[in-house]
Amino acid sequence: MKARDWLGVVPFLGMLGGIPFVNQVEPYVLGMPFVLFWIVLWVALTSLIMFVLNKLDPATKKEESS
Amino acid sequence: MNIALLIIFAFLLLSFYSGIRAQRGKDMNMEQWTVGGRGFGSIFIFLLVAGEIYTTFTFLGGSGWAYSKGAPAYYVLSYISLAYVISYWLLPPIWRYAKENKLVSQSDFFVSKFKSPVLGILVAAVGVIAIIPYLVLQFKGLGIIVSEASYGSISPAAAVWIGVIAVTIYVMISGIHGSAWTAAIKDIMIFFVVVFLGLYLPFHYYGGIQPMFEAVQAANPGFLTFPEEGLSISWYISTVLITVFGFYMWPHTFGSVFSAKNENVFRKNTVMLPLYTLMLLFVFFVGFTAILQVPGLKGADGDLSLLRLSLMTFDPWIVGIIGAAGLLTALVPGSMLLMTGATLLAKNVYKVMAPQANEAQIARIAKWLVPVISLISLYFTLSGGDTLVTLLLMGYSLVTQLFPALLFSLKKELWVNKYGAFAGILSGVSVVTYVTISKITIATMLPNWPPVIKDLNIGVVALIVNVVVMFSVTVVTRSIPILNPHGAKTEGTPTL
Repeated sequence: MKARDWLGVVPFLGMLGGIPFVNQVEPYVLGMPFVLFWIVLWVALTSLIMFVLNKLDPATKKEESS
Repeated sequence: MNIALLIIFAFLLLSFYSGIRAQRGKDMNMEQWTVGGRGFGSIFIFLLVAGEIYTTFTFLGGSGWAYSKGAPAYYVLSYISLAYVISYWLLPPIWRYAKENKLVSQSDFFVSKFKSPVLGILVAAVGVIAIIPYLVLQFKGLGIIVSEASYGSISPAAAVWIGVIAVTIYVMISGIHGSAWTAAIKDIMIFFVVVFLGLYLPFHYYGGIQPMFEAVQAANPGFLTFPEEGLSISWYISTVLITVFGFYMWPHTFGSVFSAKNENVFRKNTVMLPLYTLMLLFVFFVGFTAILQVPGLKGADGDLSLLRLSLMTFDPWIVGIIGAAGLLTALVPGSMLLMTGATLLAKNVYKVMAPQANEAQIARIAKWLVPVISLISLYFTLSGGDTLVTLLLMGYSLVTQLFPALLFSLKKELWVNKYGAFAGILSGVSVVTYVTISKITIATMLPNWPPVIKDLNIGVVALIVNVVVMFSVTVVTRSIPILNPHGAKTEGTPTL
């Protein structure tokens, strides 16, 4: 497993591991209870992490032409 | 017949018409139909994968759970996003192997990897059994939509019959992929309907999203966070993991992987697909808005909340458009599930048992299996009182059992052999079946244990049994050829 592959673990840590610490209603963020906001935030961060991974991974450069 | 029903039936007829149109002038063989010649790029795969998961479940089940359970409904957002993360590493090797070996179905993959047609039969059977609750879910949704939009003039049971007949006819005329046009209309309609409802309803009734949540919190403290027991954080984490592993194990989803043009299609899509799941947020908003506006929907009736609230808020023609969007979300995935189930049974079960059958006979059998699977699902739809989420989770715990064998077959050097894979899948599925029928949970088995353990999804137990059996049997059977060198001669015959 390459170092960059560990990036894939991060969304799991945030979305699953983080929940016990943020299981609360206050403060509301963007109108949402905090725990819901946390999950939504991590959906967005997951997208960002996958973007970074795509940039770092040489495999995505191959077959670009095909 | 009111205007709402008229609009819904107009959309139904339109989709029949486009299904017949899509058939005309095309004479494709099974390979081209199922995997589209492996020529689909990022955008098409994006639509295929993104569209597949937006079923009646998204529409009625997501809002239904937000309405009746609250915070635990959030699990849906998490598992879909995390499943896309896994796909970055999982799908490229599957696609590569499938391309090299010209595979078209999930069952083919196992047959080829493990060199065991009998394992293929088991995988096909698990897929078909898991498809049934997923189909029941679509039929139930259709029934809810038709009967609610009729303002009570069509009974739920009659509405389910209408829905089942509609889906069956649709599949029999439009074939495996149905019409791309219907699928595209469905995705566009559901997107706009969901975002509109998710914003309009909370603003209309409460003046905003936050005031709506505050009202729910005031009326029902604790509803917007995970509870201490029951559907607790422990339940959430275990359920998300089980469903993440199962996500690509659905036969129709696994099959759509094969249609990609190259393996980078999957890597690229992991960036946009998680954002697309945020559509579910608006579905949750609808469910939470409904809590105080249409109170008193108990148990499985929670799934009615979105439509009940819409009926109360809008003119019949808007209800008709909402209902039509709902109809398509049941029709398109429902037909796909039905066709996948029938094709799997015909190709990977019947064909193995009757190798002399030709392509035309297989196709005919597949066609006649469609109404058979429909009727079985209809029976369960009318007899069961489960919520849409319960049905989805049941299907997921079944398909997830295919994951360990798949995972350990991805490397060139297999970590498990066919005996191990077969025994593992069979034992995992047996545990799920037993648990579902006897309604056991970890809490009933270990009543005195702390909630962290008690609330774990029972699918975890099935998965552990599966993995343990898989490796034990692999280790035991590995030594057989050494003890009995003649045993090796039976390798490759379709006895297992």
